[in-house]
Amino acid sequence: MGKMLELKDLNVYYDAIHAIKGISLEVNQGEIVTLIGANGAGKSTTLRTISGLLKPKSGTITFEGKDIAGSKAHEIVRNGISQVPEGRRIFAEMSVMENLDLGAFTRKDKDGIKADVKHVFELFPRLEERKNQIAGTLSGGEQQMLAMGRALMSRPRLLLLDEPSMGLAPLLIKEIFNIIVDINKAGTTVLLVEQNANMALSIANRAYVLETGRITLAGDAKELAASEEVRKAYLGG
Amino acid sequence: MEVTHQVLQQLVNGISLGSIYALIALGYTMIYGIIKLINFAHGDIYMVGAYIGFFAITQAHLSIVPALIISFVVTGILGMVVEKLAYKPLRHAPRISVLITAIGVSFFLEYTSMYFVSPTPRTFPAIFGDVAIEIGGIVINGQQMLILGITTILMIVLTYIVHRTKTGKAMRAASFDTETAQLMGIDSDRIISITFGIGSALAAVAGVLVGVYYNSIDPLMGIMPGLKAFVAAVLGGIGILPGAVVGGLILGIVEAFVSGFVSSTFRDAAAFAILILVLLFKPTGLFGKNTKEKV
Ligand SMILES: Nc1ncnc2c1ncn2[C@@H]1O[C@H](COP(=O)(O)OP(=O)(O)OP(=O)(O)O)[C@@H](O)[C@H]1O
Ligand SMILES: [Mg+2]
Repeated sequence: MGKMLELKDLNVYYDAIHAIKGISLEVNQGEIVTLIGANGAGKSTTLRTISGLLKPKSGTITFEGKDIAGSKAHEIVRNGISQVPEGRRIFAEMSVMENLDLGAFTRKDKDGIKADVKHVFELFPRLEERKNQIAGTLSGGEQQMLAMGRALMSRPRLLLLDEPSMGLAPLLIKEIFNIIVDINKAGTTVLLVEQNANMALSIANRAYVLETGRITLAGDAKELAASEEVRKAYLGG
Repeated sequence: MEVTHQVLQQLVNGISLGSIYALIALGYTMIYGIIKLINFAHGDIYMVGAYIGFFAITQAHLSIVPALIISFVVTGILGMVVEKLAYKPLRHAPRISVLITAIGVSFFLEYTSMYFVSPTPRTFPAIFGDVAIEIGGIVINGQQMLILGITTILMIVLTYIVHRTKTGKAMRAASFDTETAQLMGIDSDRIISITFGIGSALAAVAGVLVGVYYNSIDPLMGIMPGLKAFVAAVLGGIGILPGAVVGGLILGIVEAFVSGFVSSTFRDAAAFAILILVLLFKPTGLFGKNTKEKV
């Protein structure tokens, strides 16, 4: 299993605010890696930097051997990294189908796109029932499914997920996390950002803990879940 | 009978004028939709379009349709160049800087044009001057037919582009949420450029049509229609394409009625009275949803 994504000494600023302070992390092909941490730790900033929405001040981002730190967001999708952003950010005024079509914006293979729509509907049957519905009228859970389906439509090799559990009922969170495991089993590598550390650690291979812009702990997900430090800080005892 | 007749006649005049406002308002609203900029230079782009059409007809001796096409293409490219040079470097600057730049671009276009084409108004050659049809006493003259025909075609084409093509989908996605559009692989810089191109090209057509309609063009001709098209866009709900069309038509009709039944002195005041009323009672415009505010 080769290294797929590697961040090295990454520093990201919002003007004067130093949000990411020299973090390094890696994701190997086939893994689920989770990045957990409290509000404002810098989790979304990290994902947004990988996706090219933010430019790091220094450090490198290597994806499949290629330095992508200087690439633009729309090029990074073409390279095989897709993101489900925090808060879903679906195109609320468009239909479910149009959202999925936009997810396939980088592609031209009509038959392949059709097959992938079918695949997304198999993962999320609720979306198929609502394919002509205006996306803004979907429930929170359905919107999360749509955001995930849309991200899969570009056929990413690496999927970035930013707090997919946000605002969802426990049962639905379980459903979503089962699907993340399925997506991973089907061959997509996953970098999962979560505040729900319990759930995230339960499906991840490895984990990083982020605190105010620094990685403070890293290791095997099961071991971290068992460690005193993580239990106290993130798992409610 | 006499009154109904006059009302209908003013309606025809109003719709003709309103179609022109609609064409300009579409560009305003598309550009606002995608970069949240009130492009104060938009009226001047329209003026440049009118001059390009004028020279195509008088110097190159082209007929109206090729002149419209040339003006459409050249002004569209000009819009893209202006965006690239003036607005693109300010993509992450505060909005006020961009607004001030737009005012600067406006002056630049006005006074550069004056330098090259002189401030004296030019007489636009008469086109379709002797053509007219009469339906039940209501006269639709050749210029009005031209205006209605061309704007209808352009609106159908624009609707098709925006709703059926990949670029159109990307435009809608980027104006709804530029960042997420980028996460789909959409090159937002390219989409912004295309939007300026289309918006400017539509304004250029409006400029040529106004030249045909009023027979006179000058380097400051864009100021008033620019403001009025802005009012039309706000009236319809800025950022919403059908809103710009309806807003433009309403404005045109109101102006025709005011000048036909009250006095043409009050024509311009009507537009600004509408603006004030909209801002007081429905600031989001006729088609605007109050909930549209982005999180
Ligand atoms: N657009 C911005 N401008 C300025 N500062 C920002 C901006 N976005 C985030 N920050 C700051 O950067 C830091 C990291 O924010 P980030 O959104 O990455 O945190 P997070 O770990 O994703 O938090 P949450 O769990 O609440 O989503 C915070 O201190 C935040 O205030
Ligand atoms: Mg976050």
